[in-house]
Amino acid sequence: MYSFDIERPTTLEDAVEALKDEEAQALAGGQTLIPTLKQRLAAPERLISLTSIPELKGVSAKDGWITIGAATTHAEVAKSVSAYPALAALAGQIGDPAVRNRGTIGGTLANNDPAACYSAAALASGAVIQTNTREIAAADYFLGMFETALEEGEIIIQVRFPIPEVASYQKFAQPASRFALVGVFVAKFADGVRVAVTGAAEEGVFRWSEAEAALDSSLAPESIDALEADDDGLIADIHGTAAYRAHLIKVLARRAISAMS
Amino acid sequence: MTKISISVNGESKSAEVEDRTLLSHFLRENLGLTGTHIGCDTSQCGACLVHVDGLAVKSCTMFAVEADGTDVRTIEGMANADGSLSKIQAAFQEHHGLQCGFCTPGMVMSAAALLKENPDPSEEDIREYLEGNICRCTGYHNIVKAIQAAAAA
Ligand SMILES: Cc1cc2nc3c(=O)[nH]c(=O)nc-3n(C[C@H](O)[C@H](O)[C@H](O)COP(=O)(O)OP(=O)(O)OC[C@H]3O[C@@H](n4cnc5c(N)ncnc54)[C@H](O)[C@@H]3O)c2cc1C
Ligand code: FES
Ligand code: FES
Repeated sequence: MYSFDIERPTTLEDAVEALKDEEAQALAGGQTLIPTLKQRLAAPERLISLTSIPELKGVSAKDGWITIGAATTHAEVAKSVSAYPALAALAGQIGDPAVRNRGTIGGTLANNDPAACYSAAALASGAVIQTNTREIAAADYFLGMFETALEEGEIIIQVRFPIPEVASYQKFAQPASRFALVGVFVAKFADGVRVAVTGAAEEGVFRWSEAEAALDSSLAPESIDALEADDDGLIADIHGTAAYRAHLIKVLARRAISAMS
Repeated sequence: MTKISISVNGESKSAEVEDRTLLSHFLRENLGLTGTHIGCDTSQCGACLVHVDGLAVKSCTMFAVEADGTDVRTIEGMANADGSLSKIQAAFQEHHGLQCGFCTPGMVMSAAALLKENPDPSEEDIREYLEGNICRCTGYHNIVKAIQAAAAA
C-alpha cells in the first residue's frame, strides 16, 4: 500500500466536505477497497471513513418501503430487514460472516462489481439510491462493469427499496470467491414482475425482459420454459462459458419462481 | 501517524501507528501477538480472524486506526483465566481439529463467534459459518466435529 491518512468524521457534512478533495476517497467496510489498495491499484492521499457517522447506519420500514443507511453492514441487513425477507436472505449469503460484519450496502453499490448481489436486488426492486445531492433510480444507476452514475465526491447516503408482494434471490456461488457466478433476483409487485441478473454479463447487472413479460401473465416456473437467455455479451472465463451462464440464468430464475409460489 | 488505544484481550494498549497499518500487522508487530496468522492477506483464508467488539472480522482487511476505541479479542485471549484451554480449544485438541495448526487460531475465533450467535448449530450451520476459513490440512471434518463437541460440552 502507498501511504495515506485516514479521517473518521462523525457527521455527514464533514464527510461530504472532506470528499470534495480530489485526492480523498470514501472508505466503508474496506472489503473491496483495502485489497485494491494493497495491490496499489488505487493511491488516494486520504481515506474518509464513513463508518462512524450515525446518520449513515441503520434500517427502517415505513409505508411499504425499506430504507437502509449506506454504511449498514450486510450482517445488519440480514438480521434486521424482516419486512423484506428475500433482501435479508440475500445479505446473509454475501461472502462469509467476517465479510458481512464489515462490508456495507453503500460500498457494494458504489463499487458495482459485475457479480455483486445487491445490484440484482436494487434493479429488480426498483430501488432508489439517495446521495448527498440527489435521488437516482436503480434503472439509471448501474452503467456497466464498475461504472455507476455517481459523480466524483458524491456519496450514497441511503438506499430505499419498495417492498414487493413476494420475491426470491437465487445465487450460484463461484466456488472460490463466493461471489455470484450467476445470481437471479425475481420480485413481484402489483404492477408486474421484474427479473434482474447479476454475475453473468460483461456490462454487469441487467433485466431479463422476455422472462418478465412471460411472468406477468403467469408467475409459474413453466412460464419461462420456452425461453432461452441470450448468451450475447455474457462473461466467458475459467469458471464457465457464456452458454453455461445463459443456462444458469434460466435454472436460477426457475428456482426463484418456484420459491415464490 | 495516528495515536490509537485498543483494548486487546482485556488489556488497554496504546500506540502511534501509520494510518495504513492493518489490524493484523498491529497485533503481530506492535503487540507481538503472533497467534493471529496472516495466510493470504487477501481476505480469503480467515487465518487472521479476530473479534472486534464481539464480531468476527478479518484483521488483514481492517485498518488499526479503525479499531481505535474498540475491544479486540485474539486467540491469545481465548484460554480460561487459569491458563487451561477453553472448551473450544480443548475440543480441537481432543478431536484432532488441527494438523499443521496454521488455520487454527482463525478457526477457533470463528467457532467462538458462531457458538455465541448459535449455541446449538447443526453440521450444516457450522460448515456454512466456516465459509471464510480455509484449512489445507484437515479436510474440515474434524474441525466440524470439534465444534459440535464444544457446543455439546
Ligand atoms: C471474500 C469476499 C467475498 C465476497 N463475496 C461477495 C458476494 O458474494 N456478493 C457480493 O455482492 N459481494 C461480495 N463481496 C464484496 C463485499 O460485499 C463488499 O462489502 C463490497 O464489495 C464493498 O463494500 P465495502 O463496504 O467493503 O466498501 P469499500 O471496500 O470500503 O468501498 C468500495 C468502494 O465504494 C466506495 N464507497 C464506499 N461507500 C460509499 C458510499 N457510501 N458512497 C460512495 N462511495 C462509497 C469506496 O470509495 C470504494 O471505491 C465479497 C468480498 C470478499 C472480501
Ligand atoms: S490473512 Fe486475512 S483472510 Fe487470509
Ligand atoms: S491445520 Fe493446517 S491449515 Fe488447517
